Amino acid sequence: MANIQHVEGQDKGKVLIYTLSTCSWCKKTKRLLKDLKVAYDYIDVDLEDMEEQDRLELIIMKFNPRASFPTIVINDTESINGYKPREIKERFK
Amino acid sequence: MIDQERINEYLKTLQADAENGGYLLNPDREFLEDLAQGLLENTDRYGYQACPCRLANGNMEKDLDIICPCDYRDEDLNDYGACYCALYVNESIANGEQEPEAIPDRRKEVLAKKSDPIKKGAAVSKTAFPVWRCKVCGYLCARKNPPERCPICKAQKERFEEFVF
Ligand code: SF4
Repeated sequence: MANIQHVEGQDKGKVLIYTLSTCSWCKKTKRLLKDLKVAYDYIDVDLEDMEEQDRLELIIMKFNPRASFPTIVINDTESINGYKPREIKERFK
Repeated sequence: MIDQERINEYLKTLQADAENGGYLLNPDREFLEDLAQGLLENTDRYGYQACPCRLANGNMEKDLDIICPCDYRDEDLNDYGACYCALYVNESIANGEQEPEAIPDRRKEVLAKKSDPIKKGAAVSKTAFPVWRCKVCGYLCARKNPPERCPICKAQKERFEEFVF
């Protein structure tokens, strides 16, 4: 099972971000959500073992066929793919 | 965690290499330091500087196209004004006139096209020497084998492909 990290904040629904620990866009996304005080979970996919990485990639591709990072999945139904500050601010206002 | 001194040193060489090659780095220092940290972490983890914004495989052969600078840098600079990670940027971003934005990753599409059997190796060239193309900077040379390192951008031999006219 993936190692899911939680960041405290206001409840704006279920927010799960698939990130890479090394990626600048992912860091920017995490900071922005923190500034917006949104509660969220994240998984640093690069820190998982190979088997788990493959499993997670398939899940990400359901929302984002390019399987790029970050992929923000909201309520298991919609996603914001990539660091899109305007879209993120709009969605969590 | 990578210590600050190592990040600063690394950014200095990166800056010098970029200048020598006619490239520009992202002007946002915080963003650059984040990227440098990611590149150094990947170097320690995999033994080569895999792109920090992409999921590396860990098997170098499978990651050759995303060893920084990746095969996609120049085209992304051309189409979007920045590489996928926005480490390398065009002039207007470097001057602060324009903000870099997240861009789509072209990697999966390019790899899918390359494995297409029809496009792969359809034509055979008839020159005395094969021509080798550096996939990082576009340098061409006609010789039996590609050079150990690209004389222009220092990319390793494995980054060359045969160039068919
Ligand atoms: S050139 Fe940019 S996109 Fe390509 S590997 Fe380096 S940082 Fe990543």
